[in-house]
Amino acid sequence: MADRPITYREALSSALREEMQRDERVFIMGEEVGVWGGTYAVTRGFLDEFGARRVRDTPISEMVIAGAAVGAAMAGLRPIAEIMTINFAFLALDAIINHAAKVRYMFNGQFTVPLVIRTTTGGGKQLGATHSHAPEVIFAHFPGLYVAVPGTAYDAKGMLKASIRDDNPVLFVEHSTMLQRRSPVPDDPDFLLPIGKSDIKRKGSDVTIVTYQKGLEHSLVAAEELAKEGIEAEIVDLRWLRPLDLEPVFESFKKTNRCVVVEESLPMFNVGAEVAAQIHDVCFDWMDAPVKRVAAMDIPLPYSHEIELMALPSPEKIIRAVKEVV
Amino acid sequence: MATEALTVHTLDDTAVDLSSETLLEMHWQMVRARRADERLWALHRQGKIAFHISGIGQEGIQVGAAYAMRRGHDYASLYYRDVAFAFALGYTPREFYLAAFGKEGEPTSGARQMPSHFSSRALGMLSSSSPVATQVPQAAGAALACKLRGEDRVTVVTLGEGATSEGDFYEGLNWAGVHRLPLVCLVQNNVYAISVPQHLQMAVPHVADRAPMFGIAGAVVDGNDVLASYRVMKEAIQRARDGGGATLVEAKTYRLVPHSSDDDDRSYRSRDEVEAWKQRDPIARFGAYLRERGLLDDEALDEIERRVRQEVDEAQAFAQAVPYPPPEAALGPVFKG
Ligand SMILES: Cc1ncc(C[n+]2csc(CCOP(=O)(O)OP(=O)(O)O)c2C)c(N)n1
Ligand SMILES: [Mg+2]
Repeated sequence: MADRPITYREALSSALREEMQRDERVFIMGEEVGVWGGTYAVTRGFLDEFGARRVRDTPISEMVIAGAAVGAAMAGLRPIAEIMTINFAFLALDAIINHAAKVRYMFNGQFTVPLVIRTTTGGGKQLGATHSHAPEVIFAHFPGLYVAVPGTAYDAKGMLKASIRDDNPVLFVEHSTMLQRRSPVPDDPDFLLPIGKSDIKRKGSDVTIVTYQKGLEHSLVAAEELAKEGIEAEIVDLRWLRPLDLEPVFESFKKTNRCVVVEESLPMFNVGAEVAAQIHDVCFDWMDAPVKRVAAMDIPLPYSHEIELMALPSPEKIIRAVKEVV
Repeated sequence: MATEALTVHTLDDTAVDLSSETLLEMHWQMVRARRADERLWALHRQGKIAFHISGIGQEGIQVGAAYAMRRGHDYASLYYRDVAFAFALGYTPREFYLAAFGKEGEPTSGARQMPSHFSSRALGMLSSSSPVATQVPQAAGAALACKLRGEDRVTVVTLGEGATSEGDFYEGLNWAGVHRLPLVCLVQNNVYAISVPQHLQMAVPHVADRAPMFGIAGAVVDGNDVLASYRVMKEAIQRARDGGGATLVEAKTYRLVPHSSDDDDRSYRSRDEVEAWKQRDPIARFGAYLRERGLLDDEALDEIERRVRQEVDEAQAFAQAVPYPPPEAALGPVFKG
């Protein structure tokens, strides 16, 4: 079937709709998912289509949304729980980390937790430090929980459908500033992307940029600028922080011998730290320069627009970092 | 008290001992907050500010509560609708507008936090939160500190009824009960949490019905009646100050505008419902009361509106003229140096 360009938002909506049609056990719950249609309008129309039994507006209780989702999953349903922003997932950390991620292991596989927690990440919208950070890397620290970070409509659809069908808990992180981005997406109701596979988004031979989501968007812009100066960047989109697939990164690095990691997280203990350490381990003999990191500044994200933008990664910062290694 | 039972104009001034001067001042505070708030909706529509979240409709309980406090002495831990509350504690339209525009010198946060997160050490306003209800345990902690230090300060913490679904609310008030803390938890029940109506948030008719489970006092008040609000808050604050422990006060009120500048409330409530609540507008009701008492007439009202407009105009012009914070403002103060 022909691929049709749709938005990231439409990709998410259609993935949810198709999976709800396919499997009666799938249901949605969260704050403002029903009448309001979701904080970012992803579930608009779902209440009418699927009814209040399967599209459940909840009280404002992140701990219960996540905790009840764990319980409902253990008891045979396949919940899709929505937390408005990943910054509010901090209010539900125990349910997500101590339970969703560990129940299967701790109880010797008796219980599986086929759960998807959908949430949004990212700054740049003047919402202040308790709404705007991109702390998804924290969740990738814990074995037992998959962390999805799609950066295109195509990936969002295939990854969300795969997450819903998978028997493991997935924290599915959507970028709040990318919902209008379009890309061609197959119409096939069984379009699935494999869990834990990264993807080369641009071919190049001079430097490897490892990134995801907003970092991907900025890196693509930066790469076009760099190309004008004869520097060809290869861009690896991680797509998942766990399972983390660095094979394409190593392969690329062995060709370019240089790497810049770009992310919206804070600069310490982040994705870049992990990628750099693993490159060090696997590709030491191929290293021509230290691995550089581009991330947010090491501060709580400020409100005022100019200083907020200054604190976030940008194509300019990526270009600067690339020029330090090539 | 069920909201249906509210009458349109009559205020309950039983045992309210405020001077005429103070009554007029409270009225002015309400009008001032309303007009300053309305202007920000207009500025948002004009694309001049990024975001606005509003207290329109909730000025009665807020001004009543503030005047029941020992202002400047007691602690207040406010939430984002509390602009009238904050003004009554000494926050100014100028400061509010600096926050709305995110300008340099904004006193609550140096333009680092969103607007309407009212905080001022000087005015006794603790930091206020975006993740809802997280202020309740913190306020319990502030009350604990006052108790341990032997100070006779009371802490007043506010939140919406929707936020009472969070564990923080229960855990904080349980503490207040166990430690018999000088705390007043004021829930402004405006019937909705964004689009979600009260009956989908809780299965009890009144938030204050939960007070017995914490072993603290509970009270329900018509939050659109500034005088009843004042009286009930005064009692609760007195109880806390006298060592009688915490009170959960529920003020029945209504948000007359969308949840925030990102919301279109037509998708979840009828215009008839909003109109019916406009008939119970706390400012109009207080105005009618003051007229009946012979304290206010058309001329005086015009004068109040003129003064307020001038202050709001001045605040806007001031904030617009101030520059944005310089880049280095982003860097600190993360740690104390
Ligand atoms: C922990 C947390 N979850 C969700 C939100 C998003 N949110 C902001 S305001 C709001 C509704 C709050 O309703 P209520 O407590 O009744 O206060 P109101 O806005 O009606 O005054 C929600 C869900 C939030 N700020 N914090
Ligand atoms: Mg409410």
